[in-house]
Amino acid sequence: MSEPSVGAAIAGVVRRDLLLAARRKSEPLFTLGFFVLVASLFPLSIGPEPDLLKRIAPGVLWVAALLAAMLSLGRMFAADYDDGTLEQLALAPVPLVAAAAGKVLAHWLVSGFPLVVVSPVLALQYGLPADVIAMLMLSLLIGTPVLSLVGAIGAALTLGVRGGGVLVALLVLPLYVPALIFGAGAVDAKLAGLSPAANLSLLGACLALAAVFAPLATAAGIRIALE
Amino acid sequence: MSNRLINWFRYGSPQSFYPLAGRLVPWFAAAAAITGAAGLWIAFFVAPTDAQQGEAYRIIFVHVPASWLSMFLYIVMACWAGLGLTLNTRLSAMMAHAIAPTGAMFAFLSLWSGALWGRPTWGTYWVWDARLTSELVLFFLYLGYMALNAAIDDPRRADRASAVLALVGVVNVPIIYFSVKWWNTLHQGASVSLTRAPSMAATMLTGMLVMAIAFWMYSIAVALMRVRSIMLEREAHTDWARELKESAA
Repeated sequence: MSEPSVGAAIAGVVRRDLLLAARRKSEPLFTLGFFVLVASLFPLSIGPEPDLLKRIAPGVLWVAALLAAMLSLGRMFAADYDDGTLEQLALAPVPLVAAAAGKVLAHWLVSGFPLVVVSPVLALQYGLPADVIAMLMLSLLIGTPVLSLVGAIGAALTLGVRGGGVLVALLVLPLYVPALIFGAGAVDAKLAGLSPAANLSLLGACLALAAVFAPLATAAGIRIALE
Repeated sequence: MSNRLINWFRYGSPQSFYPLAGRLVPWFAAAAAITGAAGLWIAFFVAPTDAQQGEAYRIIFVHVPASWLSMFLYIVMACWAGLGLTLNTRLSAMMAHAIAPTGAMFAFLSLWSGALWGRPTWGTYWVWDARLTSELVLFFLYLGYMALNAAIDDPRRADRASAVLALVGVVNVPIIYFSVKWWNTLHQGASVSLTRAPSMAATMLTGMLVMAIAFWMYSIAVALMRVRSIMLEREAHTDWARELKESAA
């Protein structure tokens, strides 16, 4: 029997997690529902003036996406930790980093990507013009993987810890600041008629950095939790 | 050469570090008291009154050193945490734990003194300036580190998990700082410039440096005292800790 390759390991973990998500349809929908709900609360609390809503839309939608992504972090590893799957992944002949990367990718496909797809509907409610909506989608497309990657570190470190849900927010939200600034900044710039290129490049840099280091830190966190 | 090496590693064990730390604490405490008194004397009596800000600027002698120390201590803490994670030494993790509350205290002091300084000079307690915002985020990073530490019951696991968090944090601190800085310049919001009078009087700089040394010495003294308590707490079951208790009784 030949040893499985890293790519095959990542694909295997992703396929398994997607299948699990497809069997338990309600959980991914919670994230989406939360995103829509939070975004709809702002007009109710601030007032329906179109100019004001348009002005705050990039920030509000980004914060709502960030909170929705964070809310789903708790179940990234929890079930696998409880039933011992995570231990099996750690014992597998492929590096644990590959499994961590697979889990992150699956988490993004289930909890991050749907936010990108739904965001234009919410953006329309806030009266954003079409080119700004496209920019919002692009910034979320680059930014939500960063949220999943960085969030995975927090999720791994708080595995099986008392009050993990609140703790993960405290650990992860400060680390989300750069993604929030550059993501919302790109949309803001587009809305103001400026070039969003700088913000997008920096957001891409964050993604590149997180994609390399976050799986390593996540794998370290999982190992610590399993000891 | 090899003799020296052994000597250094000897102090890596709590048993031999405990008495050493006990001997060092009074020295650092004394240094903190002396430099602190000198710094305050410069701050209140030697440094001239600022032409624009009057007497209110004197809070700079607490505010700036506190900000420096809050950043510096985070790096020191992350270094100890990284050392503990790679070399698997118990003492390094204990040092990181001992430093965290002091660092958080300085971050809070920096924010608090900044608010008190901002009120008379800018007319507001808080502006979303890059430095203020990144200091606030740093404060949250400290809180997260301590919260993770406190939430995990097994001390070995708490050490290692919080060490990973400290290392992730230290990579993020510059990213957060620059992101907030660029955000601030892009927004052009309530742009209160923090740049003070073009040339800072030499006595002011001296005062700030002396105060920074005082805070630094204070941090070392307090961290050593705290690490002694942590050592006793963790090693209560060992022979040397029991002997210590008996000899003290």
